[in-house]
Amino acid sequence: MISMWMRRQLTDYIAKTLGTAATLFGLFWLTWILWTTVSKGLPALKWELFTQMTPPPGADGGLLNAFAGSIVMSGLAVLIGTPLGIAAGTYLSEYARHTKLGATIRFVNDILLSAPSIVIGLFVYELMVRQMGHFSALAGAVALSFIVLPVVVRTTDEMLQLIPSTMREAALALGVPQWKVVRQVLYRASMSGIVTGVLLALARISGETAPLLFTALNNQYWANSLLDPMANVPVVIFQYAMSPYEFWHALAWAGAFVVTMFVLMLGLLSRWLLLNKGKIS
Amino acid sequence: MAQSPTLPLSAASPQDHREARDHLHDRLFRYLVMSCALFVLVALLAAALSMLWGGREAFSTFGVQFLWSADWDAVQRKFGALVPIYGTLVTALIAMIIAVPVSFGIALFLTEIAPAWLRTPVAAAIELLAGIPSIIYGMWGLFVFVPFMSEHIDPWLDEHFGPLAIIGPLFQGAPIGLGMLTAGIVLGIMVIPFISSVTREVFMTVPVHLKESAYAVGNTTWEVVWDVVLPYTRSAVIGGIFLGLGRALGETMAVTFVLGNAHRLSASLLEPGNSIAATIANEFTEADSPIYLSSLIALGFLLFIVTFIVLAIARLMLSQLARREGATT
Repeated sequence: MISMWMRRQLTDYIAKTLGTAATLFGLFWLTWILWTTVSKGLPALKWELFTQMTPPPGADGGLLNAFAGSIVMSGLAVLIGTPLGIAAGTYLSEYARHTKLGATIRFVNDILLSAPSIVIGLFVYELMVRQMGHFSALAGAVALSFIVLPVVVRTTDEMLQLIPSTMREAALALGVPQWKVVRQVLYRASMSGIVTGVLLALARISGETAPLLFTALNNQYWANSLLDPMANVPVVIFQYAMSPYEFWHALAWAGAFVVTMFVLMLGLLSRWLLLNKGKIS
Repeated sequence: MAQSPTLPLSAASPQDHREARDHLHDRLFRYLVMSCALFVLVALLAAALSMLWGGREAFSTFGVQFLWSADWDAVQRKFGALVPIYGTLVTALIAMIIAVPVSFGIALFLTEIAPAWLRTPVAAAIELLAGIPSIIYGMWGLFVFVPFMSEHIDPWLDEHFGPLAIIGPLFQGAPIGLGMLTAGIVLGIMVIPFISSVTREVFMTVPVHLKESAYAVGNTTWEVVWDVVLPYTRSAVIGGIFLGLGRALGETMAVTFVLGNAHRLSASLLEPGNSIAATIANEFTEADSPIYLSSLIALGFLLFIVTFIVLAIARLMLSQLARREGATT
């Protein structure tokens, strides 16, 4: 009896140790990767990064056009993806909560949510680049918007479902038409949740490289039109990291540092928003 | 109410007018949001069809052979998907071998072992791993992890496992650091947060009275998790694993950096290889003939189909637990 008890205690002890070790294992990589980004990115940070264009091979320069391009394309992607996503999420939550169609769309949206981003890049290449005959910032923005869309759909759907039905009933009982209930009551009640979804989507697309490789491509100069290829931080990082020049590696690390900090900041902000929402309701 | 045909003129009263207008607006709003929701459905379908269309030339030229031909010759314009498919599967397999036990351990730690105050910060930290852009994993992999592998891990593996009988060929080769093993490890780190967060969440859905009863009859923590929590959440945990697998199969940038981009079929995990996503990312803008481009898009189509199946299984498995949850409450 004792030996069996001992064996069970021992198994338990080993399992607990391994569980703790697994967690430390995960945190170890996190620390290592973040430390690398900071220790290599911080020394490479300089003011010219934000004032000079990307350099020709072998020369030093900045990332101004890449930052501008990323901001333009991410902004455009959010502008395209957010209204579509909020509307689709509204449909799922308010009109199709328990229907077959709703379940199907939710299922497809979940798949789109985790679909490889390179596949979305190929899709938009076929859809836009091949039709238009050239790479363009617009195609890049559309590709990114396909990544924004499912994130916003999902969060909008979930956030609207969290609203107590008494709120809807109270508004409807006053004779308010349903679309006004949705717009003036439900959207207001779930505003912070929906904004969180948009922030999360923005965080996801700011480091997204694969879909931009064959849509926006890259541009060493300032792009004047949305129909031109446009520089963007992730693709510039990719090219510069693969290049043989030390200058370019430093630029890539600086870009990587800025992108990582931006993404982590967005993550913190959205977490904080959600936390505050929990306090209010 | 007002639909009665015996009321001829009152239909024009302001009250009814407003009702009719509201009704119209309601209908329009409904159509609007419904069309946006249908757009999501159409988008996925269109993505599949557009890639099938883009890859039609490759499929019609090489036929089914495309799937298992190891050719990849841009000069002779002969293409086959075997090497990228093999690389994708092997790296994803290595990733899962690392990520599944580790994620299970993390979920165990976060739900049963850690003191309550530690759980939220540690869970948030692990989820940070999911937030880091994949290009950062790629750069870290290329500049930090690859040299580390080539200096420390690869020679050790070659020395100790290389001479062994059956698994030996897996670990033979020049220790250049780039290769399937490195890519698999990086992928493993990348999918850990996805699998562990799903596992943790489903572990927390286990009714407290189930766990408490098991503890009450004298079970240890491990026995409660292994014999009560895990059987209760089995389908959802498998769903989480498939979700991670879907990520690992389609991950592009990190793999592109560390896989070495070599179109060669080799048994050794230390040799450079290629994966579907990395092949597309590396060669798309260099594709100089329509058949080359078409082959790359055909590869994308294959990747899409495989990840679609994997993710569909994941979602079905995950929804099974949700449905049971709904039935019991």
